[in-house]
Amino acid sequence: MKIRVNPILCDGYGQCAELLPEAVRLDEWGYPLLPAEPLPRTLEPSARRAVAMCPRLALSLEEKRR
Amino acid sequence: MSAAVAAEPRERTAARLLAPDPSPLPRRSRRELLAEIEASGLTGRGGAAFPTARKLATVARAHRPVVVVNGVEGEPASWKDKVLLAQNPHLVVDGAVVAARVVGAHEVTFAVGRGNRSVRTHLERALAERSDGVEVHLETVPDRFVAGEESALLNFLNGGPAKPTLEKPYERGVLVQNVETLASVGLVARHGAAWFRQRGTADEPGTVLVTVLGAVRTPGVAEVELGTTFREVLQRFGGLTAFPHALLVGGYFGTWVRAHDVLDLPLTNVALRPLGARLGARTIAVLPLDACGVAESARVLRYLANESAGQCGPCVFGIPAMADAFERLDVDRLRRLAPLVAERGACAHPTGATRFAASAAGVFADEIERHRAGGCSGAAHPPMLPLGASRDWR
Amino acid sequence: MGGLNNPGIWYLMRGSGVVTLILFTGVVVLGIATTKRMRIGTMPRFVTLALHRSVSLLACAFLGVHIVAALADSYAKVALPQLFVPYPTSSYNLYLGLGALSFDLLIAVVVTSLLRHRLTQRVWKGIHWLAYASWPLALAHSIGIGTDSESAWLVGIALACVAAVAAAGAWRLLASRQPYPKYLGAPL
Repeated sequence: MKIRVNPILCDGYGQCAELLPEAVRLDEWGYPLLPAEPLPRTLEPSARRAVAMCPRLALSLEEKRR
Repeated sequence: MSAAVAAEPRERTAARLLAPDPSPLPRRSRRELLAEIEASGLTGRGGAAFPTARKLATVARAHRPVVVVNGVEGEPASWKDKVLLAQNPHLVVDGAVVAARVVGAHEVTFAVGRGNRSVRTHLERALAERSDGVEVHLETVPDRFVAGEESALLNFLNGGPAKPTLEKPYERGVLVQNVETLASVGLVARHGAAWFRQRGTADEPGTVLVTVLGAVRTPGVAEVELGTTFREVLQRFGGLTAFPHALLVGGYFGTWVRAHDVLDLPLTNVALRPLGARLGARTIAVLPLDACGVAESARVLRYLANESAGQCGPCVFGIPAMADAFERLDVDRLRRLAPLVAERGACAHPTGATRFAASAAGVFADEIERHRAGGCSGAAHPPMLPLGASRDWR
Repeated sequence: MGGLNNPGIWYLMRGSGVVTLILFTGVVVLGIATTKRMRIGTMPRFVTLALHRSVSLLACAFLGVHIVAALADSYAKVALPQLFVPYPTSSYNLYLGLGALSFDLLIAVVVTSLLRHRLTQRVWKGIHWLAYASWPLALAHSIGIGTDSESAWLVGIALACVAAVAAAGAWRLLASRQPYPKYLGAPL
């Protein structure tokens, strides 16, 4: 499962970096740098929480297509 | 199929795109036309080089497809679309009509930039002279750098600002095609794929329009065959007026390359790839030795920063940061910024700006050193690269 | 409408009403504080947002108790339609009506927030701003609906609520004057 951000909706709140610090880092302007690889399974609950808490609903999770 | 056409001599490329063709458009079925376009190997001429047949096929599947003719040409250094519309609007309309037939659209919207009134007049006149059985609209669009981007154009036509979105028009049943691409479609429909492929290379067939500015005798627009060397292309513009330092290939989203690296290469994407360059919309600027690549690049980079649609953080903040770094000659900072800006926006703007900035820092490394020491090679040279001035989004 | 004549119900209605007011004041303060430029102490900012949501849920629960108790209490004389529509036939009913208006706006805010995924940012945000109308209506309802002796201490509570919201608002305005961007997230 990959985490993706809609760069137009994203407003740099940075809540994702607080909720998913293992995967999300912020650049110097407060915008998220997301990993290109799929997240390890252990991070999925945190990832879901980050997606739900984004004040702009800019995050989404992409299931791997087989 | 098309009648056999005598092969044109390679040295004198008879005009195809810029010559009026009064012969009637053939009455062919959608399937035949699409097959011909596919066989021609035509790719988008607006910069992205997307295979035209594939885009047509995708849009043809939509419920109520629409054709948008993209003559916006938001890049200030590019003039090919304006010249094409002014000199040969009927060929563009032909192509639009063919495309409409192929995708099953009954509505065609022509979009041009607001600034150039003569282009609009020529197009209006041409449209008034014909009735093709499709509903025709003509819209003018703000002269912003990103306004000609597919999704930005669609956004504007739908009542919004001329800013890019994450939707791809061809996935929504809207065919947005560059005017030169459509003119080429018109040619393929008339003369067939084999004729089209007589010019150009096997991988990149056809003739294209190029805009050349800078240290050439007659800057402007000309039609050349893909695969012609850069040196020969510049000859078409009267040849060089001064010793060339570098060429900007592909406009402001393109890359600077050292003149001696590129002059003997053919005009193809394949040949440019090892240099990290691509043709884009084929705007070529020739920087002479007595002009300053650093000053020119700094101006363009600042322009690109101001042309951000302001929707995505890394673009809004990143490009001005890169412009600041470039003006301060801080190449390290520029290098560190690159991965924070490129690929992090909704459209190609931050990526293109990063590419431009990185190539300038590379090719003009010597000049940067000279500036650090307080000098400048081109202090006396007037600015060469044009910038836009509009601040409107609607 | 008949109802219970038990003074306990009446106290429950009053008590839950006060708690609801205080909780919704907290919700408004937390909502104001949910901005990139503000952080409560050293708490991560997602905590501010999470508290805003949790406290609003709690406030709605207390509001539910308040409304049910009001309907059940025969002394309060609240008919079902009066929950949603003002019938300002008397001073009491006027203030009751303000509560109804506040409640209507709250319903809009809550429903759109639950369905947020289906709405555009603009629509959701536009309706969410109605909260800034809902809260003062609730405040006016609280102060005006009681008798004189009851109102006195309630005014004290109301003033504290207004002060809290005003302070939060002022803090946010000051924060917005800082050079943009001031980012408070986890450092790179």
